[in-house]
Amino acid sequence: MAKLVLDALTAKFPQAVSHTETINGDEIAWIKRDDLHTVAHWLKTDPKMLFDAPVFVTAIDRLDWKPQHRPLAEHWTEDKPRFEVCFQLRSVKYRYRLRLKVSVPEHDPRCPSLSSLYPAFDWQERETFDMYGIRFEGHPDLRRIYLYEEFVGYPLRKDYPKEKRQPLVRRDDLPINPIKATGEDR
Amino acid sequence: MADVQTLKQLVLGRKDVQDLTDVETEVPPDLMTINMGPSHPAMHGTVRIVLTVDGERIVKSDVQPGYLHRCFEKEAEYATYTQVFPYTDRLNYVSPMINNCGWAMTCEKAMGITSLIPRRAEYIRVIVSEMSRITDHLTCVGASAMELGAFTAFLYFLKAREWLYEILEIVSGARLTHSYVRVGGVSKDLPEGFDAQLTHCLDQIEKVMVEVEAMLNSNKIFRDRMAGVGAISREDAIATGCVGPIARAAGVDYDVRKDYPYSIYPEVEFDVPLGTTGDCLDRYLVRIEELKQSIRILRQCQKQIPPASSTGEGRFMIDDARCALPPKTDTYNTIESMIRHFKHVMDGIKIPAGETYTFVEGGNGELGFYLVADGTGRPYKAYVRSPSFVHLSTASKIIQGHLIADIVPIFGMINMIGGECDK
Repeated sequence: MAKLVLDALTAKFPQAVSHTETINGDEIAWIKRDDLHTVAHWLKTDPKMLFDAPVFVTAIDRLDWKPQHRPLAEHWTEDKPRFEVCFQLRSVKYRYRLRLKVSVPEHDPRCPSLSSLYPAFDWQERETFDMYGIRFEGHPDLRRIYLYEEFVGYPLRKDYPKEKRQPLVRRDDLPINPIKATGEDR
Repeated sequence: MADVQTLKQLVLGRKDVQDLTDVETEVPPDLMTINMGPSHPAMHGTVRIVLTVDGERIVKSDVQPGYLHRCFEKEAEYATYTQVFPYTDRLNYVSPMINNCGWAMTCEKAMGITSLIPRRAEYIRVIVSEMSRITDHLTCVGASAMELGAFTAFLYFLKAREWLYEILEIVSGARLTHSYVRVGGVSKDLPEGFDAQLTHCLDQIEKVMVEVEAMLNSNKIFRDRMAGVGAISREDAIATGCVGPIARAAGVDYDVRKDYPYSIYPEVEFDVPLGTTGDCLDRYLVRIEELKQSIRILRQCQKQIPPASSTGEGRFMIDDARCALPPKTDTYNTIESMIRHFKHVMDGIKIPAGETYTFVEGGNGELGFYLVADGTGRPYKAYVRSPSFVHLSTASKIIQGHLIADIVPIFGMINMIGGECDK
């Protein structure tokens, strides 16, 4: 259905779109980080696209990515960007759906914010920042949303252990938080 | 400008207004910051709002969710695909069946077996989903009415909800956390006598709805608290990502069951009610109409559901060794089936590497699961697009300019479900 969206997008922004793919019927376009805002603005306003409804923002941490029954080339290695930020959009009029993906390297976890275009992404970007530590540039109020300010680390990253506890109230019966223990203030 | 002593006297109420001098009445009213929740009867237990108020009027607000965060996504990465079902029960705990169906459909789409699900299984899923939608709307409307003082409506609706929970308990074995749906179908067939029980229950619910509508629809207090409160325009509803009854009350004609039809929804007839003003009264009326439409869908499903059989479309589970457990008689009698059973439970269903975003119409709107699979028995990433979270993010804008008392109907009609919002 929306193959024409991917084609139109590639034709309009040959530089900004690195490649497009369709997985399980979902259309995905990989956008270069610096061009994300321009592309999203065009998608929202072009009368043939009208992607006016935001759906969700999230990120994928590829640190442990070793897909089974796939060539080794697909596995994650140090030289590949670690994070992918996904923006899912929907067009109310044409019923298109499209996922924009941006590669974000570990040493520089920045991504342009789309909250000025889509107000719904305000909280969703805060959630992604809270869980993955992606810094959305241009976001008006980038704070943690689910967790408390004192929380150290980003829990949905693959290198954050599931068993780790960070209670706000000190509990001696729980294991010591290794991140906090190595901090400067202790 | 009045000095501190005079202000103190004003606050303590030692002066009457007519006794004040001109200077004193010109005192600019100070903005006050007050804290509402997280432990507040109208905040549904889990939301904190830091309000900046000018008298009774809200100038600014900071809505803070997260008090019910239970790490759904992190836990899901360590559970097999089947073990995620109990977690989805606890997302929207007022309509767990729809969450179950959403997760099952996500896994099925990633495996490419969506079109192979037997029709009886699909009908069972739609029946339990619509029953869940009724319980969701009954709770939302009943609780909101109670918060506005209509306690009778609350009791009547909760009574009706309990009848449905009883039937769902007979079906699944649990009153609230059903975990009934499985990848490839449902865990067991409908019990004997289900049809008669459901028919009786729907008739009773229709009677209760007539009673409650008579109590609320033309009730002056109820209407005054709801009409014109918390209105949101069509454009704002789209831009802020609103879906479900809230968007439909604002006139956005979007229902996943109609726009992106899934399961057997194309085979049943139902209407999508739309509002015009987008205020709380419209949200209430849309929900009441959706209740009636759900009952209509259920009656059609009862007539159309294929009879149970062990082969073909009458099965309740797909006949695919990748996601169905072997029959119990085989498990206990042959070593091959025993091993298969063991591998199925311990390693989980293997879903090929890939990703998918699948969505269903939940009680509050588009409920989606974004799954990244890596070929093992556990999800690499499972993200839930929870409508409550998106709706709550609009609350700060909606309540601006309203009175503190208006927060109660607005929050009731946003129907924020803590478990779903905070994940």
